Amino acid sequence: MKEIILLKDGEIALKGLNRSSFEDKLIKNAKRRIAPTGSYRCYKAQSTIYIEPRDEEADIDEAVARLQKVFGIAALCRACVVEKDFDLICSTALSYLDEQLREAATFKVKAKRSDKSFPYDSPKICSELGGVILDHYPHLKVDVNDPELIVTVEIREFGAYIHAKQLPGAGGMPVGTSGKAALLISGGIDSPVAGYMMAKRGLELIPIHFVSPPYTSDRAKLKVITLVHKMTAYCGRLPMYVVNLTRIQEAIKDCCPEDLFTVIMRRFMMMISERLALKEQCSALITGESLAQVASQTVHAIGCTDAASSLPVLRPLIGMDKEEIITISRKIDTFETSIEPYEDCCTVFTPKHPKTKPTLAMVTEAEAKIPGMEEMIAEAVESVEVILVTDKGAKGYIE
Amino acid sequence: MRSNCNICVKISFFRRPALFRSALWAASESNMMKSEKIMEQTRHYFDNSATTQTSPEAAQLMLEMLTQSYGNPSSLHAMGYEAQLKTEKARRQLAKAMGCEPKNLLFTSGATEANNLALLGAAAAYPKRGKKAVISGFEHSSVEEAARELERQGYTVCRVMPDQNGHITAEQFAALVDESTLLVSCMLVNNEIGSILPVPELVKAVRRKNPGTFVHCDAVQALGKLKIQAQKWDVDYMTVTAHKIHGPKGVGAIYIKQGARVLPRQFGGLQEKGIRPGTENAAGIAAFGLACELADAGRAEHLRSVTEVKNRLLEELRGVKGIVINSPEDGLPYLVNLSVLGIRSEIMMHYLEQEGFYVSSGSACAKGAKSHVLAAMGIGEDRIDSALRISFSRYNTPEEAALLAKRILQGMQEIRR
Repeated sequence: MKEIILLKDGEIALKGLNRSSFEDKLIKNAKRRIAPTGSYRCYKAQSTIYIEPRDEEADIDEAVARLQKVFGIAALCRACVVEKDFDLICSTALSYLDEQLREAATFKVKAKRSDKSFPYDSPKICSELGGVILDHYPHLKVDVNDPELIVTVEIREFGAYIHAKQLPGAGGMPVGTSGKAALLISGGIDSPVAGYMMAKRGLELIPIHFVSPPYTSDRAKLKVITLVHKMTAYCGRLPMYVVNLTRIQEAIKDCCPEDLFTVIMRRFMMMISERLALKEQCSALITGESLAQVASQTVHAIGCTDAASSLPVLRPLIGMDKEEIITISRKIDTFETSIEPYEDCCTVFTPKHPKTKPTLAMVTEAEAKIPGMEEMIAEAVESVEVILVTDKGAKGYIE
Repeated sequence: MRSNCNICVKISFFRRPALFRSALWAASESNMMKSEKIMEQTRHYFDNSATTQTSPEAAQLMLEMLTQSYGNPSSLHAMGYEAQLKTEKARRQLAKAMGCEPKNLLFTSGATEANNLALLGAAAAYPKRGKKAVISGFEHSSVEEAARELERQGYTVCRVMPDQNGHITAEQFAALVDESTLLVSCMLVNNEIGSILPVPELVKAVRRKNPGTFVHCDAVQALGKLKIQAQKWDVDYMTVTAHKIHGPKGVGAIYIKQGARVLPRQFGGLQEKGIRPGTENAAGIAAFGLACELADAGRAEHLRSVTEVKNRLLEELRGVKGIVINSPEDGLPYLVNLSVLGIRSEIMMHYLEQEGFYVSSGSACAKGAKSHVLAAMGIGEDRIDSALRISFSRYNTPEEAALLAKRILQGMQEIRR
């Protein structure tokens, strides 16, 4: 019995003339994501993408689980392929869908016949196969309006496909179709969620993480690499940039008023990220800020950090409550890692009473007192460490 | 005597100064392989269900861990971090072999501890879910005895008996499950006869009867040999050990499904989420991970080679008057249980040992007691008294198996009944 996977695109179907470029990107992303589970032939026809295993070795369960996390797929289903022989179609439907038919209470049969040379037309396929199913599963009732299970038979050029349960896809747009953006990632709960949300809208991500050894540890860095690794299930491979912020943080602490420390540090992060982003052809920055969550995320503070970069700053979590963010964090399996208790660079030198309503004038005046600012930023950008994180892990960290 | 010489070769090798050791290791690899071959010729080890030879790769990694990366994985400094990276790598390697997420695995001191943690830990975590457990009638002693402890705590334990082939159906288990059943425990492969139990079907059948019943699976004899998919099969607890797959003794693990719980049976630090406190056996854990990776990567190849060894043995023995095969045809080819009627197991075992053939009279953990497994299968006394368990590994060859068969046949002539 040969099984294949059918993918239905979501929003892509609404695109105009450039639709095929979206589909090609989706196929490319899907192919890459399922490559570790086996070898497949992937092709598209009538807004459906077909994923066909080349041999018996392929782990289809794993491939389906992986595909459910690929953005751009609205729904997917596993189908059984048989020769276009009606008796064979009936017997295969009974054996292939046995478990689902047993568990359902109501069903209907839906038929699509694109190969018009097949002797039965669609209504006939439905009524005949429906009859066979009813004979074998007397507990079932037909419900054409709201059935629990829809048994679909597609008669195509190359064979007949039988499938039933549709699985939900991740939705959104294929990663890469909206361009590239740099994600400022800290190690907390919010930033991985922000990255997930923007990747869902088709952005390819470059995570940027700031460390400040010896104030932060290798374990804190590993924690972020672990988070990024978990994000690869949705976002694909991610080149992570690690920036050393120690010297800058020490300078801010020495030269600026304590209550402005956090907002000034975040401005530096923005300036450095902007330079890295432009170098990597990114068109935006992404942060996990949520309005009023902490002192540095008040409108006033956000105004100050925003002014540090000329790139648009995307803040997908801005209107969300912590609980809503945690729900997504659990869904993408980053929550448990996020709450590991390591000191990260945002919590180093945190002021006791940060200013909640800083003004840009106040902040720029304080910054002016930092000597060699430009040189320190250039050094931080120069000395960046790049760690390639793929679904397999990251060399030297997750192997 | 010859075999002792080989041991000397190995010991003196480890005694050399550390500086030369790595260079020597490479240089002596071909010698090592040669010496191993001699060792295999003189010591024909056919008791791989009891334990296995630690693979040179796993032993080498352990040596590195013990002498170089010896930090405590919980230490905050870089050496602790280095050890932690290695134990976490092992967790991922094990997760791959068990078909689950690394975060749902906890390392233990072995399968006995893991089995106790599963049964007693689950009972402690869910005191109000019901006071009944259902287990197979031929579980390993670490499950059977943990179940007896549950009986002492007031639980009713029902045992499902296997048929003469060591088979039990999912429905037989489900039939005993009711609304008061807290837990069902069933091994994936029986350790004495190699029959494969229908665990995935069992989970479904049990859940249909009572969705709240937990399912534990002792997968010790299956790890690295069968494709295991803990998560997909939807078991709640699964337990494994390293030393049956060419890893070291003293390290095992328990899989706990996301959402299922156990309460710790010992108390201490926060290692392994505080459920299994105590400094991690980092060297053992790292070697366990590597052993899993090697077993998993070579699974098909090892199965093929072991099947060849088993077939060769049976070719020589099948049909011989006085020999009865107790293992089922469809069992895991890694072991064969057979009876040489009229000759007590122990006598035959010691007879074979004289020529360097090591087999077993039953489970090593039973220390020579009569096999409760064969008894549970309803096999007669005469067959139980004369049963031998011959178990294979990837290091066995068909030629050795033929020699063993010859020796058994010789024994049948020489040993006075």
